[in-house]
Amino acid sequence: MTALGHVLEHRAVQYRRTFRSSAFSSFLSPVLFLTAMGLGLGGYVDRSGGTALGGLTYLQFLAPGLLAATVMQAAAFEATFPIIGGLNWQRTFHAMYATPLSPRDIALGNLLWMAIRLGMIATVFTVVIVAFGAAHSPLVVLGIPVAVLTGMSFGAPIAAFSATQRTPSKFNVIFRFGITPLFLFSGTFFPIESLPGFLQPIAWLSPLWHGVDLTRGLVLGTLGQNPAVMLVHVIVLATIVAVSTWAAVRMIERRLVRG
Amino acid sequence: MPETPSTSLIHARGLTKRFGEFTAVDAIDFDVAPAEAFGFLGPNGAGKTSTMRMIGSVSPITDGTLTVLGLDPRTNGPQIRARLGVVPQQDTLDTELTVRENLVLYGRYFGLSRDECGRRADELLDFAQLTERQNDEVEPLSGGMKRRLTIARALINEPELLLLDEPTTGLDPQARHLLWDRLYRLKQRGVTLVLTTHYMDEAEQLCDRLVVMDKAKIVAEGSPRQLIERYSTKEVTELRFPPDVQDSLDGKLDGLAERIERLADRVLLYADDGEAVAVAAHERGLKPDTVLVRRSTLEDVFLRLTGRSLIE
Amino acid sequence: MTLPLRVTPTLMFGSRRALRLIERNLYVYRRTWIVIVSGFFEPLFYLLSIGFGLGRLVGNVPGPGGAEIPYQLFIAPALLASSSMNGAITEATLNFFFKLKYQKTFESILSTPLSVADIAVGELGWALIRGALYTIGFLGVMVILGIGVSPWLLLTLPAALLISFAFGAVGMAATSFMRTWQDFDLIQLVVLPMFLFSGTFYPLDAYPDAARIVVQLTPLYQGVDLLRSLAVGVVGPSAIVHAVYLAVMGIAGLIVVSRRLDKLLLR
Repeated sequence: MTALGHVLEHRAVQYRRTFRSSAFSSFLSPVLFLTAMGLGLGGYVDRSGGTALGGLTYLQFLAPGLLAATVMQAAAFEATFPIIGGLNWQRTFHAMYATPLSPRDIALGNLLWMAIRLGMIATVFTVVIVAFGAAHSPLVVLGIPVAVLTGMSFGAPIAAFSATQRTPSKFNVIFRFGITPLFLFSGTFFPIESLPGFLQPIAWLSPLWHGVDLTRGLVLGTLGQNPAVMLVHVIVLATIVAVSTWAAVRMIERRLVRG
Repeated sequence: MPETPSTSLIHARGLTKRFGEFTAVDAIDFDVAPAEAFGFLGPNGAGKTSTMRMIGSVSPITDGTLTVLGLDPRTNGPQIRARLGVVPQQDTLDTELTVRENLVLYGRYFGLSRDECGRRADELLDFAQLTERQNDEVEPLSGGMKRRLTIARALINEPELLLLDEPTTGLDPQARHLLWDRLYRLKQRGVTLVLTTHYMDEAEQLCDRLVVMDKAKIVAEGSPRQLIERYSTKEVTELRFPPDVQDSLDGKLDGLAERIERLADRVLLYADDGEAVAVAAHERGLKPDTVLVRRSTLEDVFLRLTGRSLIE
Repeated sequence: MTLPLRVTPTLMFGSRRALRLIERNLYVYRRTWIVIVSGFFEPLFYLLSIGFGLGRLVGNVPGPGGAEIPYQLFIAPALLASSSMNGAITEATLNFFFKLKYQKTFESILSTPLSVADIAVGELGWALIRGALYTIGFLGVMVILGIGVSPWLLLTLPAALLISFAFGAVGMAATSFMRTWQDFDLIQLVVLPMFLFSGTFYPLDAYPDAARIVVQLTPLYQGVDLLRSLAVGVVGPSAIVHAVYLAVMGIAGLIVVSRRLDKLLLR
């Protein structure tokens, strides 16, 4: 366990350098987005009537979705360059391996740090949501671990992939054809019921959709409407995280041993 | 003088490393005694780095036996690594941290307290002559400074054994000499050094004993002096002819020296008295463009053993 | 490390950790075909989701000239303007900073007959070419989806390039003052609010008068309104004002960056 602690300490000291600007932007970003899209655009959505949002204002609908989506994007970033840099360019992972640490310590330590970073972002975002008055249940606090779970359901598999890469060229493809479409079509900005019928089941394949729906239920206190579905969301996300964490550890281990 | 397994710091018998079909290290035997400076000399691709990684307990051995500090790397990797210092071929410094932070944080991985890390960092910065740069970013440092920092970092846990993979590759002569000086002092303090290199001057300067590796095997072993005495003569006379003349020298050189090597651009005549050979060649009517008489080096040893030069 | 929400379509995945210059050069060639292909898919995704998906929630909104237009027609030109801005800024800041910091790229060029101004224009030109490819893809998708079929649409291509030019030049000028990667956060601090509040997602009617005037003076709004007018087909003298604004902005940026490069490189 102390081995993981050392890895975390290392990442934390690295983070000290960029901490201030990072903290500031993880506060500013949700404030700006919720103001512009939640309130500004929301005014037009609410004004146009319509029952698509089931009685919610657009701000209420958007906020939890945006929380999950933001954490997902952060995870996607943290899972690419720090990993590929640690294994190929700065080779800091190799430096760690020349100490009593095992490859598993190095892999788990870095994944754990990723989760901590996601937790920080999710916490700030949640505070902003509450400040905007868009939270309607004390369960909103649980939105934080759920957002982290959602983020890791992207971060862990991408980290596993990053460990196999030596150049960032394929990351582009992941972002363009993976992250972006999922981000746009997982019920963040509009309900998936607005999608054409044949696409709706596909949304269920998106881990982000599971995270968004679950977060929305927690923030708005509507979990009770569909408890079985919420449970499915949790199980799907947890399974993805478990399996891909194992894969990420294996991949990083392989790269370290191979040199 | 090969040690018995119980007193060797590193003991290898039949040590083999295979990557799929490719054999990087082919059943080599060697022993490293405490407080000696031991070298693996050979060209790129000889298997030196693979051997080092096995000793460093970061790469599993395919076959044979290897004990490091009396322990088996297969089962005691972390314990071995706790007592090693590693200076890898490519720098693995953390460019997001300052010079000093690199030392302190690395020390933490060995379970040292923060105070202890700080204390040792100060000492090592002094040893590496980097005290003035301790709060600087790593990136702008020169190659020599980065290498000194890497060595300092490798010493933070006060290792009994220091592994250095091509420590002065890419450094200018001044940086190299400074590094050699530091390493020599470490040896005097009782740290065992194991290094790989393809520079024969480095091997001659630093190593008490070395093995010559080529194509995954050990082809010779001994102190630099022993190797030269065994595989070469005391002196070498180098003759450089114009290309067309070089080709038509057959027969004209016979008997001039103990051994003759034809290289692409010159002829090497091995004898104990180089001057005499030069004179004799002149008396035979040979008119080389340049004549150089020098002492034998490990390069000549390698040439003799493998028919190739160390630097391809 | 800032992690702004990436809602904006971008021309290129801009990463601040891409340190390997050699690999970048190598995969720039491989990336070219991906840029072209994704230059088609990215607008498609955005227009379908934000344009139609979100559009269904919003319905119609007041467009240029006052008449109500469908949301997808409202937002498509705004997305194009934003991505032109973002793409140019990413190229003009990250890429440019990288080359400046590892100065050898420019130093060796300067020992040829090329001048400092040539470098600035050359770098910008490359960003514009990529911008043009992306814009063509975007417009193609718009046409296929039936968004905005006014004859003025053709002018959207040069107009989008004008936006790229303006922001690219100013981006390079800003970059020439930066010293570490951390300074990039300041750029995001300016770009993100502009992107969100310049009449991109909703009309300026939403603002009180004072705020509306301020926004109308900002550069992205100029670009958004210009492209929107062209797409909707309601083109008036304001379009010329927008175009001149952007052109002047770009030229000013080029002048500043040339002077800065002079100081930085020719010592």
